[in-house]
Amino acid sequence: MWSLFHKFGSPPWLYRLSGSILRWLLPITVIALVAGAVWGVLFTPPDFRQGNSYRIIYIHVPAAVVALAGYYVMAIAGAVSLIWRMKMADVAMRACAPIGAALTFIALVTGSIWGKPTWGTWWVWDARITSMLILFFLYLGVVALYEAYENKELAAKACAVLSLVGTVNIPIIYKSVDWWYSLHQPASIKFTGGTTIDPSMLYPLLLMIVAFYALFTCALLLNMRAEILQREQRTAWVRRLAAAGESD
Amino acid sequence: MHPVRKQRLYLVLFLVFFSSAAIGLVTYALRGNINLFYPPVEVAAGLAPIGQNIRVGGMVVDGSIQRSSDSLEVRFEVTDFEAVVPVVYTGILPDLFDEGQGAVASGKLDANGVLQASEVLAKHDENYMPPEVAEALEASKARMAGQSPKQEYAQ
Repeated sequence: MWSLFHKFGSPPWLYRLSGSILRWLLPITVIALVAGAVWGVLFTPPDFRQGNSYRIIYIHVPAAVVALAGYYVMAIAGAVSLIWRMKMADVAMRACAPIGAALTFIALVTGSIWGKPTWGTWWVWDARITSMLILFFLYLGVVALYEAYENKELAAKACAVLSLVGTVNIPIIYKSVDWWYSLHQPASIKFTGGTTIDPSMLYPLLLMIVAFYALFTCALLLNMRAEILQREQRTAWVRRLAAAGESD
Repeated sequence: MHPVRKQRLYLVLFLVFFSSAAIGLVTYALRGNINLFYPPVEVAAGLAPIGQNIRVGGMVVDGSIQRSSDSLEVRFEVTDFEAVVPVVYTGILPDLFDEGQGAVASGKLDANGVLQASEVLAKHDENYMPPEVAEALEASKARMAGQSPKQEYAQ
């Protein structure tokens, strides 16, 4: 088990592995995204209260779910980087931040667009929405902090600490609708007990959530590969790769 | 594991645990007053300040909505099933605002205990279903009305 773990520290090995994963994961992601979006927008019934405006759920919920999960990926990469001083964990942590920021931004914007017709407002300083905004700033903070240091090892250490401290926010976001009186409705998909969304609307939503997880993975791997090449540009294996003109 | 790495692992766990505990305590302390929200029962009991911006939320009482014929003024009552607070609002209401649905009104209480709302927001629940399913549920609810009058959607 440890030998596999140590293999992840090897840039050429990780580069080749990510190349072979992306070769099949990218087409699957595109198919799942298109299928989920078409299914959700065209082939689901309208909601009994919200009519057609609820369909934004097929972007809003997957983006928010993966933005939260992505933070844990970043924090775990940060912990590995702090404990084992593994360079590839720095790369993974650094690659998560802009993707997570983009997903959080999508969740905030779609939520705002959804909020106007249903609640009657674009924005409220409510527990769920404010904690989500903090998540957005945490992601941006990691990006900014990393760029602020000349020394990349120091940068990685600072970012790892920031992302670990920020994990506090994730359960707060998740439970905010239960802990505080929030305008945001509680979760419709529950781990325990029945879901409160009709199966005809639930299945495309689940497909979209899976598709967003796949999208996150693809974006993460692509980001990491670019950073690996940049960091390793003076090594023999990258020179050989460049000379051969291969893409993976 | 190497002792140095083990030490760093403990450091990481310590960092996550104590920052969570600190922020957890702060949020717990802020729990009640994070958005100056008052349930109708507290307003009725006189616990809400008069002339200060507060938020009152609950269900809109069935049959309480009265629209003015010559302006956008709307009067309605919100309840938490224990007390009722009358609300006056002038403006356009959100689509989902309706009798028997959740709403949050923010504004100032006047001396008569009426909330002069400057904003009314509709709250919606976590239930999503096609209209046919909602109608079927409504019909079965009406049939069972004698046995369990307080039954809700999709339970």
